[in-house]
Amino acid sequence: MLFEVPSLESLNLGVTLPAVSLAFGVCVLLLADLLLVPKDRKEITAWLAVAGVAVSFVLNLFTFNNTDNEAFLGMFVADSFTGFMNIVILLTAFLGILLSKDYLKRAGIERGEYYTLMLMSAAGMMFMASANDLVVVFIALELLSIPLYVLAAFRVPDVKSEESGMKYFILGAFSSAFFVYGAALVYGATGTTSLPAIFNAVGTLAESGGSSAFLLLAGAGLILVGLGFKVAVVPFHMWTPDVYEGAPTPVTAFMSVGAKAGGFAALLRIMAMSLPAFTLADGQTFAAWQQTFWIIAALTLILGNLVAIAQSNIKRMLAYSSIAHAGYILMAVAASGTIGLTDEATRAALIYLLAYMFTNLGAFGVALAVERDDGSGTNLNDFVGLAKNRPGLALMMAVFMLSLTGIPLTGGFIGKWFVFKATLDAGLVALAIIGVLTSVVSAFYYVRVIVNMYLRDGEAETPGETQMVNWAVYIAGAGTLIMGIFPFLVTGLSDLVTVAASVVR
Amino acid sequence: MALQDFAPIGALLFLASAVMLLVVFISRLFGPYRPNPRKSAPYESGMKPIGPAIRRMPVKFYLVAVLFILFDIEVIFFLPWAVAVRDLGVYGLIVMGVFLFILTVGFIYEWKKGALEWE
Repeated sequence: MLFEVPSLESLNLGVTLPAVSLAFGVCVLLLADLLLVPKDRKEITAWLAVAGVAVSFVLNLFTFNNTDNEAFLGMFVADSFTGFMNIVILLTAFLGILLSKDYLKRAGIERGEYYTLMLMSAAGMMFMASANDLVVVFIALELLSIPLYVLAAFRVPDVKSEESGMKYFILGAFSSAFFVYGAALVYGATGTTSLPAIFNAVGTLAESGGSSAFLLLAGAGLILVGLGFKVAVVPFHMWTPDVYEGAPTPVTAFMSVGAKAGGFAALLRIMAMSLPAFTLADGQTFAAWQQTFWIIAALTLILGNLVAIAQSNIKRMLAYSSIAHAGYILMAVAASGTIGLTDEATRAALIYLLAYMFTNLGAFGVALAVERDDGSGTNLNDFVGLAKNRPGLALMMAVFMLSLTGIPLTGGFIGKWFVFKATLDAGLVALAIIGVLTSVVSAFYYVRVIVNMYLRDGEAETPGETQMVNWAVYIAGAGTLIMGIFPFLVTGLSDLVTVAASVVR
Repeated sequence: MALQDFAPIGALLFLASAVMLLVVFISRLFGPYRPNPRKSAPYESGMKPIGPAIRRMPVKFYLVAVLFILFDIEVIFFLPWAVAVRDLGVYGLIVMGVFLFILTVGFIYEWKKGALEWE
């Protein structure tokens, strides 16, 4: 025997329960939908999916901040970072299901597989947040992406939806290949795929220098390409507007938040945790990849915010805005490259993700209410006069737009506050200035929606406004406002988050 | 792992190539050789491999191909497991059970969806 057969106790399966229970729930949901749920009552499937999410959520609360948190011989870790990420992901899935239920019926694409795919993708995101090994990251990445490819094309035979699915699939498969290549190079340099072991190997590599260090940097760069595609940062963002515009709106909402959460979870873990500082400059230690992230973050912020101004379609506008917001989170990732700031920057990224989750899902919820059954009605002009016809929805949309801009008393402000603070503490002053300036620019196109709703006369229709969508929008609105007014509720939770590498150290 | 540990793999590689070459050349040397256009086509009873790429073909073939890959991979997983099943013990049994469960769920799904019916 080459290896020891692990005992069941050493696998420590208890801490994997949140993610595994959701994955198991997916299997049950698929069969239940197939065998038990009648064809015209697909809302039962939706409620079953919500139940699966709820079970996973409760289990996640139990494993939150567990001390004995490594499972599968260290390949899977369920620390407080995972716990926080899981909360974001499960809330995304929950709101995504609420947004989808009536939309599917209106669009005539009510098939039970929809919810199965959505939960499958959410399970992939949860594994991504727990992955402590490059191989697990890759499997989670595929589990996250493949259902999303299908979901993006779910509105067949709508041409735009098909185009969206196809584009996402081909480019996504390409980016996965980049990731695997990067992982292979990192393995070649360090001789291991386990993230803590890579962390230990990097120190000795940096001292010896030579070709292995170069191999490691090249690998890290390729990993960045693969994950950067998933989170849509600038050189790898080309697919975003087309895919977001063509995909069914609730799917766009789900993937604009979920795929980003998963991607950034892996990015933070791989970069901040296992590829630490090995460059000394001006007496300050920072990771060699920090410069790269600095540049990418700046490009993302500038391009995302500037191009969003030119958009007339709300889904395309929100797509570019989501690129811009990836840039803000990337600021925090760049800041986490400064030694001693890893935890603070990680917390900032997590808070930003939570705020972005509520805000973006809510904004897509309102866009979905305005959208017509055939998928038209997503123009910015379709919002004209919304405040008169649907004051509640318009008020919520205003809150979301202000939160995306980063106005105080909203979650977006709190997120930006922590991200900018972390960036400044890390000494990246120029990046922080770019962030603030682009925020100001972003106000232009966000406020334009508010102007359309409140100041221009018109008759906005909301054919998609149903009970369920209203709930989702109000929950998201409540989340945005509560985070903005009582930030200590969230920071109390995120203060528990420490990145596992600091434990290894 | 040192390089000489890979020696069996190298031997396998060599033997596999040798047998392959042997089979091809022996049949060419000793067997009757009467080619005709039908017989020398790459796929004797399949589709023509050369021609315009954009044309209609039954999508059912792809379904069969995908299902084939699925069960092919199942076999690939099962064979090494079956060889080592005594050493792996209960742990191996549980792991394979999980794999089989996921596979069965997929199988039930495709069955109920009618993917196994040709018409």
